Amino acid sequence: MNDEKLIYQGAEAKIILSTFLSKTVVKKHRIKKTYRIKEIDEVLISSRTKEEAKLIHLARKQGVCVPSLFDVDLTNGIITMSYIKGDRVKDIFDTIDKKKRKDLCIMIGKNIARLHNNDLIHGDITTSNMILSDNKVFFIDFGLGEINHELESKGVDLHVLMEAMESTHSKNANDFEFVLEGYEKEYHGDIKRVKKKIEDIVKRGRYR
Amino acid sequence: MISLGIEGTAHSIAIGIVENKDNACIVLSNMIKTFHPESGGIHPREAANHHAKYVADVIKDSMKKAEIDFKDIDLVSFSQGPGLGPCLRTAATAARTLSLQLEKPIMGVNHCVAHLEIGRGTIDSCDDPVLLYTSGANTQVIAFAEGKYRVFGETLDIGIGNCLDKFGRTIGLPFPSGPVIEKYAKKGRKYLPLPYSIKGMDIAFSGLLTAAQQYYKNGETVEDVCYSIQETTFAALTEVTERAMAQLEKKEVLLGGGVAANQRLRGMVEEMAKERDARCFAPRIDLCIDNGAMIAWLGLVMYQSGIRMMLEDTGIDQRFRTDMVDVSWR
Repeated sequence: MNDEKLIYQGAEAKIILSTFLSKTVVKKHRIKKTYRIKEIDEVLISSRTKEEAKLIHLARKQGVCVPSLFDVDLTNGIITMSYIKGDRVKDIFDTIDKKKRKDLCIMIGKNIARLHNNDLIHGDITTSNMILSDNKVFFIDFGLGEINHELESKGVDLHVLMEAMESTHSKNANDFEFVLEGYEKEYHGDIKRVKKKIEDIVKRGRYR
Repeated sequence: MISLGIEGTAHSIAIGIVENKDNACIVLSNMIKTFHPESGGIHPREAANHHAKYVADVIKDSMKKAEIDFKDIDLVSFSQGPGLGPCLRTAATAARTLSLQLEKPIMGVNHCVAHLEIGRGTIDSCDDPVLLYTSGANTQVIAFAEGKYRVFGETLDIGIGNCLDKFGRTIGLPFPSGPVIEKYAKKGRKYLPLPYSIKGMDIAFSGLLTAAQQYYKNGETVEDVCYSIQETTFAALTEVTERAMAQLEKKEVLLGGGVAANQRLRGMVEEMAKERDARCFAPRIDLCIDNGAMIAWLGLVMYQSGIRMMLEDTGIDQRFRTDMVDVSWR
């Protein structure tokens, strides 16, 4: 493919805009890290690529908006998926009005609950990993995700978002309560236990 | 302006004296006395007794080294937290006594923020770094964002130094075990897979510690286990640091804390920085470990920005979080 364009270089991967069977696609190419030994690097790249593809597939089955998968290359660490046109939630979160932000948070919470109802743990829920497209929130980057039924992982998953909102959107960090409100609407389990778990995790962090 | 800093958050009582020259930190002296338990880990009360016993001597040594007189001191700074209660109280008491006796202002500072500010103060081109702070108790990725130093990633269970020390104790090494583990690791050849636990930008070590102890008990060589521990934990630390740099779009990384003395960790972070076209800084070792100069310097920076502290504000805070500090000087 000769019309490839680097659109984002993250810490872990290059995001390349490309075409696949005449469709516009995104290739997520995990970069080899020379600072770590080959034994660790290869295992991390191939296992994260595989796990991510699996989680994207399973999330879609639960009605959570995610990119469509076209190709998965484990040896080179490349996932080819559909291109989602829209705004990164990180970029618009602090600029949209209060009401819209509340609705957005509720929608985010509902989607996280749909994932958690099926033991799908995203692993890195931050506003950088959500794209608002056509009034729907698309979840991207399941690279640190896993399948886990334990309350602990669900709590940690939500806690990651809470911390991300505190650091990246410190002015609107309290809106995390609307995320939990949305979560509560969809979550099949006991919401009190989830909230308690988040509190425990917060306390467990050092010097809280 | 000359500031004397008293550090006593954990195993060491340390006194540093610094001077401000054109907003750069000149270290006049930086003396330290470290508590070494006969066996096991650091008992807070025993460490505090050690600090009480030696604090006056270390102050004298530091004054002598700096070649100044007590009347030259303009400010007394001390580490207000986070740390071990009894140790913090001992350092704070020494600071209050000195401040009252010399009739000079007092300033309590956050220990973690001091690790970052000493880098900015002593390294000319270090301006807005992401700090990878790795010590016994603390493992944090700290950076300046929206008026505060914020923690972007941290350990969910034990500090990396603590993890190394605990493994050290398993194989019969005294505290601190890090330097010996580094020596063993250099001779390690076989990589033994260990849990690589990253959650978002946070990190966990306790599962890895247990797995490493199991390898050792099952007869793997100490060299190979140490090598595998270092390679795995340091790669994870480097990865979370890189994630913070990418997210914040920062082009500088600073190392701090005792574990930053490890050459392998330094090498990995330097390599990561090179790959992303960023710059990697590390203060000299005596300014990396817990030290008085960094406390003196942060106190001075805070004082010059207009912050004042009354004696009644000098209570210690064992759980003094990095993001509780109002950063008015940036």
